[in-house]
Amino acid sequence: MTLEPGLYHLLTISTGLFFIGVYGFLTRKNLVTMLMSIELILNSVNLNFIAFNKYLWPHRLDGVFFTLFVIAIAAAEAAVAISIVINIYRNNRSINVEQTEEMKY
Amino acid sequence: MSLEYLILLKAELQICLLIFFLLLLKITRTIPNEKLLPLIQLLLLANFVGGFFYNQSGDLFDGMFVSNTLIHLQKHILNLAVYFISLLFSGWFRRCLHLTEFFVLMLSALLGMYFLLSSGNLLIFYLSLELATIPIAAMANFELTRKRSAEAAMKLISSAAFSSGILLFGISLIYGTTGSIRFPEIPLLLDGSALQVMAFVFLVTAFAFKLSIVPFHLWTADVYEGSPAAVTAFLSVVSKGVIAFAFLTILYKVFQPFNGIWYPILLLLSILTIVAGNLFALRQQNMKRFLAFSSIAQVGFILVAMMGKSPESITAITYFVLIYVFSNLAAFGVMEIVAQHTGNENRNALKGLYKTNPLLSWVLALAMFSLAGIPPTAGFFGKLFLITAGASTASYGFIIFVALNLVVSLYYYLLVVKNIFMDDAIEPLEKIPIFGSAKLGLVLCAAGILLVGIFSWIYDYIAAQV
Repeated sequence: MTLEPGLYHLLTISTGLFFIGVYGFLTRKNLVTMLMSIELILNSVNLNFIAFNKYLWPHRLDGVFFTLFVIAIAAAEAAVAISIVINIYRNNRSINVEQTEEMKY
Repeated sequence: MSLEYLILLKAELQICLLIFFLLLLKITRTIPNEKLLPLIQLLLLANFVGGFFYNQSGDLFDGMFVSNTLIHLQKHILNLAVYFISLLFSGWFRRCLHLTEFFVLMLSALLGMYFLLSSGNLLIFYLSLELATIPIAAMANFELTRKRSAEAAMKLISSAAFSSGILLFGISLIYGTTGSIRFPEIPLLLDGSALQVMAFVFLVTAFAFKLSIVPFHLWTADVYEGSPAAVTAFLSVVSKGVIAFAFLTILYKVFQPFNGIWYPILLLLSILTIVAGNLFALRQQNMKRFLAFSSIAQVGFILVAMMGKSPESITAITYFVLIYVFSNLAAFGVMEIVAQHTGNENRNALKGLYKTNPLLSWVLALAMFSLAGIPPTAGFFGKLFLITAGASTASYGFIIFVALNLVVSLYYYLLVVKNIFMDDAIEPLEKIPIFGSAKLGLVLCAAGILLVGIFSWIYDYIAAQV
């Protein structure tokens, strides 16, 4: 019996990461932790693309290209989001979701 | 060969030129806003007019970039909306500290929307969707010292990033099961396996977030209320319109084989969206929140037309977005002018407006009639075609239900009209000064609301392009 990882192992890990990310995004109260959860979601997607590319479609490199672009976009998104968080901190002296919320129904 | 590239990418290159011009202007000289704003308005007008020449259809880069007459038409609508925004919010723009940056961000978002409309590949689709949303979050935070502006920006970027994560997961499953990310190839390779259905559900969820379809609408009202009015108008008209067009492409082209699955999903989502949008709009006092929920209800009507699965649906939705540009921008424009003057965004600030400001009152009343769908205005024809397109497949019970909801929506739209014309102000409003360009924008919007519905060749022209 070999311990070589197969497609199913990688897909299990990536799906797990995805749902950990979703859970973190929905439950965390700290804005930076919420951004980290989004990064988890994006990384699970990257893992998915790479795994599909390696095991199912080795002759079509779309998956690898997609991963490269997702990493770049995630960096851009994090830059804008972090600058917004810094601005929230300057206005409120806090980055906790419950203390920054002003608008309610 | 290279000339062909230039001509097919003409609309995008125009926007790129505008962005570079504004950036160079920013770093070389300081121009006061009073002079810069007319220049930007002129450039945007030139961009709109220039969009009508040398339009060709074709593919570029191995089918990644598609261009056809319908896409050109949709780009014209977006150009027109951006030009109107630059006119209507003159008051806010003049006091804006970083006017050039604001328009650079807005044009970057517009560039992303152009590529989104023209995309023929899931990679370009994702990239342009991000380019169309990230600058809007930066724009929403433009009033740096206001707490609400920052909160709105945070809500916008976190919901956008979360929904694009979901979208990407769906795309990765499509790539895994079909091995292709090209729009023309995917429908041939779809076989209805469980993973593909899951991928489809993920994609629909992501779009529901972006279009603020109930139950994924929770960020909408806060973002609309907190952002500056110009950004809210851009978000509610331009961004919503583009994403509705992109959703149409995904449903009608890429997921064509799944139309048995998406029909009940759309049915459920549209019922929820129309009912919840209407009920929440009933109890809003703040005009921006009110327009947010009214836009949610309007998206529900767009979903009704999407269920039609026919070319008429595409025509009806394009036509409706054109009318929505005029009516919603007019409503936001008037509301912003009154709010800037009185410092009050609530509906009761409009009481007694007619006695002192007849132009503002008539434009807002026309906009409300058009949004509600009352006959002489264009909004009636927009709603009529949407519901007719939906009726080609939907059951009559559902169509009657939708029509009854139109009646419910009349209540809150007419409440605004009642406030303007019938109620007396607690303390009478004086005459509100309006900038010349804002006045031009209001008159153009009012003319659009009155004339687009009457000239039937506009609808025929759109139908000929589909």
